[in-house]
Amino acid sequence: MTVLPRTAARTDRERTTRAAWLIGLGILLLVLPKLIYPVLALDILAWGLFAVAFDLLFGFSGLLSFGHAAFWGSSAYATAYLLSNGQSVPVAMLGGTLVALTLALPVAYLSVRSAGIYFSMITLAFAQMLSFLALQWTDVTGGENGLQGFARPSFLGLDFSNSTTRYYFCLAVFAVGFYIAYRTVRSPFGQAQQAVRDNEQRAQSIGYNPVRFKFTAFLISATLAGLAGSMYSFGHGVVSLEVVNWRTSGEVVMMTLLGGTTTLFGPVIGAGLVLLLRDVLTTANLPVGIVTGLVFVLVVLFFRRGVVGTVQHWLRKK
Amino acid sequence: MTLQYFLIQVFNGLVNGAFYALLSLGLAVIFGMLRIVNFAHGALYMLGAFTAFALGQLFGLGFWPSLIIAPLLVGLIGMIIERGLLSRLYGLEPSYNLLLTFGLTLLTQDLVKQVMLSRFAVSSAPYTPPAELSGVVNLGFTMFPKYRLFVIVLALLVCLITWFVIEKTRVGAIIRASTENPTVTRAFGIDVSKWVTGVFAVGVGLAGLAGVLAAPIYSVEPYMGAELIITTFAVVVIGGMGSILGSVVTGFAVGVLAAIGSALYPPIANTLVFILMAVVLLIRPSGLFGLPEGAR
Repeated sequence: MTVLPRTAARTDRERTTRAAWLIGLGILLLVLPKLIYPVLALDILAWGLFAVAFDLLFGFSGLLSFGHAAFWGSSAYATAYLLSNGQSVPVAMLGGTLVALTLALPVAYLSVRSAGIYFSMITLAFAQMLSFLALQWTDVTGGENGLQGFARPSFLGLDFSNSTTRYYFCLAVFAVGFYIAYRTVRSPFGQAQQAVRDNEQRAQSIGYNPVRFKFTAFLISATLAGLAGSMYSFGHGVVSLEVVNWRTSGEVVMMTLLGGTTTLFGPVIGAGLVLLLRDVLTTANLPVGIVTGLVFVLVVLFFRRGVVGTVQHWLRKK
Repeated sequence: MTLQYFLIQVFNGLVNGAFYALLSLGLAVIFGMLRIVNFAHGALYMLGAFTAFALGQLFGLGFWPSLIIAPLLVGLIGMIIERGLLSRLYGLEPSYNLLLTFGLTLLTQDLVKQVMLSRFAVSSAPYTPPAELSGVVNLGFTMFPKYRLFVIVLALLVCLITWFVIEKTRVGAIIRASTENPTVTRAFGIDVSKWVTGVFAVGVGLAGLAGVLAAPIYSVEPYMGAELIITTFAVVVIGGMGSILGSVVTGFAVGVLAAIGSALYPPIANTLVFILMAVVLLIRPSGLFGLPEGAR
């Protein structure tokens, strides 16, 4: 990432662009359940936050986690488990998120000392461990069958059997998650995090501890991924082994890349595009894997800036 | 556990280990030389098995010709992937190679699934070993399937040859020079990019070979490489990424340990390798046979 000169005009324009993106995305998300069916809209919110969480680590710390399904999936299972044991919706979602955070502690400790491709391999292996656990621990996860038909008790007069109500409740949760990500990136911590990413030696020589920054960034990212996972589980009403599969870890990478890394808005838009594409393909009975695989390859080869990144680049040049 | 039962587990473990070793050897050759993490390795392994199956169905080719032809075809596909796609990403972060090959994996798996369903009307197909290799051998402590013993021996042989070529011959020296210092190597009149393509093709060909060998044991299906490749990645991390010796030794060792472990406590079978990886990482972050990251 290039460092822009901090002239007043430039900062002003950046601020305006950012506000425009924020308002645009806000309006889009508010009317989304009117445009597509609410459960799909809810999936976009959950995957969107998941991709934002992933981007906090990949885009802003330069760490390609290939095992983020572990946090998304563990939270999804925990949320479903708590709901089926009579807990209220906020308790279940918070509980799920906490499970993801707890799981992230040892994984982060062991993985952030490694860089580059080693980091990817290690996170992938931990996610795989969890995936085997999910398969085997049938009392809690339902094994091959997964968990379904769990209760979603009303909360503060909100009737969660209605999918539109669920959507707007999740939109509020999403807003909180997105705000946390946004504040993290704009904070001194976020700035230091990017300094570590761009030049680890230099960051270290001015007194930052790279490992500690990566560790904290990992925890924030995993926790938000957990929040997203709990939203998915609550919204969908079904949790299966798919949530801890390595394909899921890859899918969130694709969404982030397609939308644009380090843009925060990008991952949400990327998630929307991937899910809509998948919905169209499934409805038309076309091979999903072939098309998404092809899109993935093309994005990596020719479109690494992603949708939002390309638009921003184009605006900056103008 | 009696000694006899223990030995049977060891031999069963060596069969699985043979596949881990062949796959992680290919990954090590490719990573050590090219710094590419080839996620598509599992899909190319599957493609080896599928090619053997398709050659049999379409041209009536048996196991022996397929054992030669299928790895060559997979190697050729590897060449096309390296020249056409991966070479465009050199100079960027290595993560992009991982992502590109991940996309290729999704693509290949579903492509083969479609072909199997539409052309052969099956979603998975058994593949029989050749007549010479069917039946059992008396190992003294048990009757062991002849074909499985063949897999162990052949895999060991291939690993040994690959190690010898890379460590002891002039060809190996050129390959190592091309990857360690391409500019100087080029100055000696060596076409580095051709060697890179060749190395990638050979690494991928090893995966293809493993696929043909696996077809009679695990039967042919589009996702047969999906779980295996993840375990192989763990093997690679344990052995030390890019270490030829490490990948072979760890491959066989993990196979045997997992077999013994699952005999003692069955639920642990698939997880043992990842637990092992976590332990190794705590003690030696660069893997058992790997050099520390800075020393490279």
